[in-house]
Amino acid sequence: MASKTTILMLGAALVVAGCAKKRPEVLPPAPGETAPPAGTGTGINDGSVGTGVVPGSAEDFRRSVQSDTVNFALDSYDIDPTARAILDGQATWLAQYPNVRVTIEGHADERGTREYNLALGDRRANSAKNYLAARGVDAGRITTISYGKERPLGGSGEAAWAADRRAVTVVIN
Amino acid sequence: MAKFGSGLLGLLCLMLGTPLAAQGVAPPPVAAPAGDAQDGAPPPLEVDVTGGISAPMPIAVPYLPTPAVQSTPAGSTDALGRQLAEIITNDLRNSGLFTPLQPAQLRAVVFPEVTAPAFDYWGGTGAQALVQGFVRANGDGTLTVGCYLYDVFSRIELARQGFVVTPADWRRAAHKCADTVYTRLTGEGPYFDSRVVYVSETGPKNRRIKRLAIMDQDGANHRFLTNGQSIVLTPRFAPNQQSIVYMSYVGDQPAIYVYDLGSGRQRRVVSGASLTFAPRFSPDGRYILFSMAQNGNTDLYRVSASGGQPQRLTNSPGIDTGGSYSPDGRRIVFESDRGGTQQLYVMNADGSGQQRISFGGGRYATPVWSPRGDLIAFTKISGGFKIGVMSPSGSGERVLTDAWGDEGPSWAPNGRVITYLRSAQGSGGAQVWSVDLTGVNARRIPTPLGGSDPSWGPIRP
Repeated sequence: MASKTTILMLGAALVVAGCAKKRPEVLPPAPGETAPPAGTGTGINDGSVGTGVVPGSAEDFRRSVQSDTVNFALDSYDIDPTARAILDGQATWLAQYPNVRVTIEGHADERGTREYNLALGDRRANSAKNYLAARGVDAGRITTISYGKERPLGGSGEAAWAADRRAVTVVIN
Repeated sequence: MAKFGSGLLGLLCLMLGTPLAAQGVAPPPVAAPAGDAQDGAPPPLEVDVTGGISAPMPIAVPYLPTPAVQSTPAGSTDALGRQLAEIITNDLRNSGLFTPLQPAQLRAVVFPEVTAPAFDYWGGTGAQALVQGFVRANGDGTLTVGCYLYDVFSRIELARQGFVVTPADWRRAAHKCADTVYTRLTGEGPYFDSRVVYVSETGPKNRRIKRLAIMDQDGANHRFLTNGQSIVLTPRFAPNQQSIVYMSYVGDQPAIYVYDLGSGRQRRVVSGASLTFAPRFSPDGRYILFSMAQNGNTDLYRVSASGGQPQRLTNSPGIDTGGSYSPDGRRIVFESDRGGTQQLYVMNADGSGQQRISFGGGRYATPVWSPRGDLIAFTKISGGFKIGVMSPSGSGERVLTDAWGDEGPSWAPNGRVITYLRSAQGSGGAQVWSVDLTGVNARRIPTPLGGSDPSWGPIRP
C-alpha cells in the first residue's frame, strides 16, 4: 500500500510538472527535461510579462507560479512538500499584488460518495487557504469553494483520480 | 400537456359496491360472487417479499372494458382500458414478484364479466391470480376505474377498489390498482403510486449538465424542474410532497435550497458563506437536517424548514454528513470519518448518545433510515460501491448489489424497494436503478437522459 501511494504521488507530481508553464522552481528537473526556451522568464517579477500580460492578472498568475494546482493523496488533505513548494510560489506572487483576491477550488476524485466528497473538497481548499494564510496572505482575500467530485478533469483510473484530488487557486479579476 | 403535470390533483379512493351505489354511481351491473374470502380456509395466494428466491406468481391483467366508449381529455375510454391494463402489468412485473401474461393475448373481457370472471378460461392460462376492472367516463368529467382481484384456483374475489380520477391523473388509477393487488398478495405496503425526484445528467463527466427532474416511479410524466445552468445535487421530497430540498451551486455559492413544486420558486434555507449540503426533511416536515462545512470541518445541523438559526447537532473534528431521521423522528443515522474512515453512527435527534453501528469492514456512507424503521440502507465502499442494508443496531448486514459504482440509496414508501444511482466505469455515465430487498430484482428505471441521486417520494394520497 505504501509503495502504491508513492507511485500515485509520483504520478501526481509528474502531472503537475507536465502541466506547469515553466520549469519548476523547487523540484529537481524531471529526467530528460531540457532548459527552458530562450526568452522565458525565470523569476516571478522579472518583467518578462511585458508581452501583453497585465501584471497581477489571472494570466500573469498562471504564467508566474509553478502551478495553480496542488494535489493530495487518497482521502487526504495534507499539504505535502510538493504542494508546499507550489503554494510558496503562489504566496510570493500574492504578496506582490496585495489587492488581488483568489478563490481556491477543492476537488475530489470520483471514487468517493458525493456528499463526503463535498466535505473533502472543502477540507482541501481550506488546507491550501490556511497554508497561504500562514505564509502571510490575508485570509480575507481568499474564498473557498468545494466541487466535491462534480468537476473531475475527465479521465478514469488511478492516475486520473490522483490528478482529480486537487485544490486550484483561481485569481479573481 | 400542461394540465397533465399541474401539481396535486385529487384522487378519490372508493370501496366498490354499496358506497358507490349510495353516491349515485352505479356499480358494474353484475353482483359480486356469493362466496367470500372469509368462508372456509384463508386464500392460498401469497407472495413473499423478503424471503429467498421464490418463483414469481403468474397473473393475468386483461384489458379493462368500458360500459360505453366515450372520448375524454385522456383519450377514449376503450383505449384507456387497454393502457391501464398495460400500466398495471408493468408495475407488477417490475416488482419482480409477478410474471404477468401479455394483456394483448388474453380474453377480451366484456363489461358484465368484470365481477363474474370466466374462471374456466383463466384456469387454462396458467394464471394464479386475475385482475379485472373497468373504466367509465362520468358526467362531471372524472373517470371511474374499478379494480378487482381474484384467486383463479379458489374462484374467489380477494379485493376490489374503485378510483375516481381526473383525466390528467388517469395513470394514477392504474398504479393504485396495482398497489391494491400488491398489498393484498404480499401483505406489504403500497409503492406504485409514487414519484421520484432525481438529477438528470448529460454531457461528458468534466462538463456535465445537471438538472432537477421529477417523474412517476415508472418513469412516466417526466418533467424538468431546473434549467441546468447551475449544478444541482441530492434532492429529497418533503413529506407532504409539495416541495423538494436540494443543493445548488447557483451564484457559485453551493448551499441548500427548497424548491416549491406548486410555484416553481426556490428559496435558500441557511444564509451565510458556509457550504451547506446533504439536506433531508424531518418526518414531520418541520425541520431540515443538513451538513455545514466551516474552516474545513463538517458537522450536522438542523434548521426550521422555514429558515432561521441552525442548531448544531454534532461537534467532532471530522466529516459528519449524510444524516437521515428515523421515521418517528427521534433518532438520526449519519456517516462520520471521526474514527479514520467513513462509518455509520446513530444518535438521538438532539445529538446525544452518538454510537457507531457499522463494523463489517470497508467504508460505509449515505445511510438512509427505512420508512418502516426496521432497516438502514447505505453505500458500502469495499472494492466497488455497493448498496446494502442493516438493522438500526448494525446487525444483519446484507449487501444487495455488486457493481463498480452503486451509490445513494433511497427507500420506496413501503420500505421494501430501494432506488439508487449506478455509475459506469470510465465514462461515469449515471443511471437510476432500483433493487428489492432480496437483491435479485435489480433493474434500471428509464430516464430520458442520464440520472443520479434519485429520491423516492411518499405514497400519494
